[in-house]
Amino acid sequence: MTAALRLERISKTFPVGKPLIGAPRALVRAVRPVTLEVETGETLGVVGESGCGKSTLARMLVGLEPPSTGAIEIEGQQFDNADPAAFGRMIQYVFQDPISSLNPRKTVRQIIETPLRRLYGMNRADRAARISEIFDSVNLREEFLDRYPHEFSGGQAQRIGIARALAAAPRILVLDEPVSALDVSVQAQVLNLLARLKAEFGLTYLFISHDLAVVEAVSDRVAVMYFGAVVEIGSAKRIFNAPRHPYTRLLADSAPVVGRPLRAPEGKDTELPDPLNPPTGCAFAARCPRASDLCRRVEPELKPMEEDQLAACHHPLDP
Amino acid sequence: MIAFLKLLARNRMAAAGGIVLSFVVALAVVTPLLPLQPPDVTNTANRFLPPFSEGHLLGTDHLGRDLLSRLMWGTRLSLAVGAAAAIIAAVIGSAIGIVAGYFGGRTDNIIMRIVDMLMAFPYILLALAIVAALGPGLMNALIAVAAVNIPFFARNIRGVTVGLAGREFIDAAKLAGMGHGRILAQELLPNVVPVIVIAMSTTIGWMILETAGLSFLGLGSQPPQADLGSMLGEARSALITNPHTSVVPGLMIFVIVMSINLFGDGVRDALDPRLRSGALTRPRPATIVDRDNVPDGPGDGVLDIRALETQFHVGPRVYRAVNEVSLAVQPGECLGVIGESGSGKSVTALSVMGLVASPPGVITGGAVFHDGHDLIGAPYRDLRRLRGDKVAYIFQDPLATLHPLYRVGDQLAEAILVHHRVGKAEARARAVALLKSVRIPNAERRIDAYPHELSGGMRQRVGIAMALANDPEVIIADEPTTALDVTVQAQILALLDDLRRERGLSILFITHDFGVVAQLCDRVAVMYAGRIVEEGPTAEVLAAPAHPYTKRLIACVPELGQGRRELAAIPGLPPAVDRLPAGCHFAPRCDKAREICGQEPLPLARSGARAVRCRFPEEDIASQEDTA
Repeated sequence: MTAALRLERISKTFPVGKPLIGAPRALVRAVRPVTLEVETGETLGVVGESGCGKSTLARMLVGLEPPSTGAIEIEGQQFDNADPAAFGRMIQYVFQDPISSLNPRKTVRQIIETPLRRLYGMNRADRAARISEIFDSVNLREEFLDRYPHEFSGGQAQRIGIARALAAAPRILVLDEPVSALDVSVQAQVLNLLARLKAEFGLTYLFISHDLAVVEAVSDRVAVMYFGAVVEIGSAKRIFNAPRHPYTRLLADSAPVVGRPLRAPEGKDTELPDPLNPPTGCAFAARCPRASDLCRRVEPELKPMEEDQLAACHHPLDP
Repeated sequence: MIAFLKLLARNRMAAAGGIVLSFVVALAVVTPLLPLQPPDVTNTANRFLPPFSEGHLLGTDHLGRDLLSRLMWGTRLSLAVGAAAAIIAAVIGSAIGIVAGYFGGRTDNIIMRIVDMLMAFPYILLALAIVAALGPGLMNALIAVAAVNIPFFARNIRGVTVGLAGREFIDAAKLAGMGHGRILAQELLPNVVPVIVIAMSTTIGWMILETAGLSFLGLGSQPPQADLGSMLGEARSALITNPHTSVVPGLMIFVIVMSINLFGDGVRDALDPRLRSGALTRPRPATIVDRDNVPDGPGDGVLDIRALETQFHVGPRVYRAVNEVSLAVQPGECLGVIGESGSGKSVTALSVMGLVASPPGVITGGAVFHDGHDLIGAPYRDLRRLRGDKVAYIFQDPLATLHPLYRVGDQLAEAILVHHRVGKAEARARAVALLKSVRIPNAERRIDAYPHELSGGMRQRVGIAMALANDPEVIIADEPTTALDVTVQAQILALLDDLRRERGLSILFITHDFGVVAQLCDRVAVMYAGRIVEEGPTAEVLAAPAHPYTKRLIACVPELGQGRRELAAIPGLPPAVDRLPAGCHFAPRCDKAREICGQEPLPLARSGARAVRCRFPEEDIASQEDTA
């Protein structure tokens, strides 16, 4: 089976304080070289805290941001030109904020028609048929088509966003925090819809979230990102129960869970590393209880631990 | 569109301006049809006739031409030239601004520096230079005025576009296969048109003045053609002997520019979404109170909210955000209020200290007792004394609550100085101690930091320090960890818990997260559509929820460690609080609902420590009490 998505050491470096002419003042590495493979039909969860580079990674995957190095391969096809229109037929994006991802001055019909018209050049009748088919599969009534985005609740707007992404008939959907702006009672409606659509259209998902419980509930495998790099990747079943990287353990211990007493899972004065002045060695070393001299000198590579679990750590936790 | 016209009509000055302006424009339009004397025919025998002379209503000028006729034709020309200049400047300036704002980076930098250079010249000098280069004439004056105003539009529109270009719908359009041209024309342009209209409505009067200025200097319309500026210019030499020749066109310019400016301001106010949503009406220092039922004191616990009702009155609609909410916080207790967005939990919290924006907020019933006194309806002076001193707030977004231009230490010191007469040095020392108490490392150094220099977690610690500044009895924390990462959230929750135990603080903790409630709160109240549906000790409510809503909401929350699975959902949406159902608010989504549920409201039934508002509860809380 060919992989739906293959990333070969893609990375992204942003210039900071760029003057009109000349070199920028500093470079920030938002994403360090990431190598990943996502199987067809798989859901890969990506978790990490704000600023860990998960959204930048996602934007590179759909061509909204050209990678600084590396290559992206979708179903065996190389994509290296960062042209969203070329990516659009293969891979689509569902945004975090459902309302802000819909143009407030366009009707829902105009929004959903755009990919059909621009990517596939469909005529009017074909478009109408395809739209009613898509609307049916995301459980929206066709009378919504002539309304404007502000008339919808968050959950409905997110379903419209999903309908727009599906309209392009992509093979892969990148879901960037698709439910974090929604209430819990509505969140499950959208997640269950996504699960059904995946089976119906044979899609592959890349599911980005900061909510570990949601990621665990929907993913086959999970990648944990910290400071621009994937620090651990493994099956969703095992990764939070038997983490090998201390950061994964910290994340799992921090999530508030009913029935677990309240305690700060780490020292009270820890701080994130400064992207303008990155530490040498492992970026997590300053927060890590197991850190040694080796960690502060040499950046650990992602190494296989067991089965399909990989972690980037010199002193991994016991399974 | 109708709402826009209504808003415009409500603004009396704008309406008056609009009426005068339409009258002038109507006159200008029909001028060729009116039985006027020819404007350019000289008759030196009748020069400088005063107004109300026979055949010349407004008199004649230095060449004996009829002033009324010249005024009408001149007004027509001035209006046309001013409007044309405004349209040209708007089109070119907006195009420049939209392109610069969308592409950003180097394109933006180069375009905007050129625009800056244009703006660096005094505008009238620039206009003179353009006319000097092109030669005098009305057309050239028009070009000059338009060119001089392009930077104004370019900068305005660029600012708006930069904000829009970063929005997600632009990314979505790129992924839908739209090219740059289509995105500019179809996605961005419709969103900036209101701004263009606003900018035009406020500058068109100015452009008419500028054109008149150039004509006055003899660089605009050429004799014998009349426009308002050239009429003034020609009358200048007779200003003392025959003032009416300059007063007539001068008054007309005044009337036109005043009416356009008044009308333009009205258009701007009616179109600007921030002003439209009520930002023009300055909120009062405390929420308006208009109560029918006032419960008797003195109340129970440090903070006793009794049958509180808060509504928002917007036009004919009444949004019942909070309905008869009663909550009592005991000393040293942490009471959680949990609910989804729109359940009224934040409005309840803000009502306590009269912080709901009024208008449109009104507290229509109930009381909040603190220390035996009712806070609702208390004089503003008393409220101000208590705010931050006895009852303090911690808000969700620490970046929005801290002032970006002041150092955090100064903001902390200010919070202390408002309530205590201490010296600056003492206040600063206390601020350092506060930062230490919320475990900010390097407090002595961090006190001089600006909010943007701190991470989200550190900023929220400053927010907590500020709430602690005056040793309050109650802290109302409104989703204080929602904007934070999980590892930071765990630290902040542990900190709040420690502080509460060290200082015997009472906390009213508002959240949507059951995990947070379970870890921090002694008791919990569940809110749905403005009402409390269930209340009780946290462990009991979570283990055996009595209200169907609570039970199903808990089932929706995914918990870590259960692997891949289908999640439960509650179908439907919460009701809109301006159209609440008559009976139980949850009935339309409840699978246990019977006919009676939707018909009659039900009080919160209390039994021991627990309370539930349901006819067919999931758990019998009364029998539980007996067995316990």
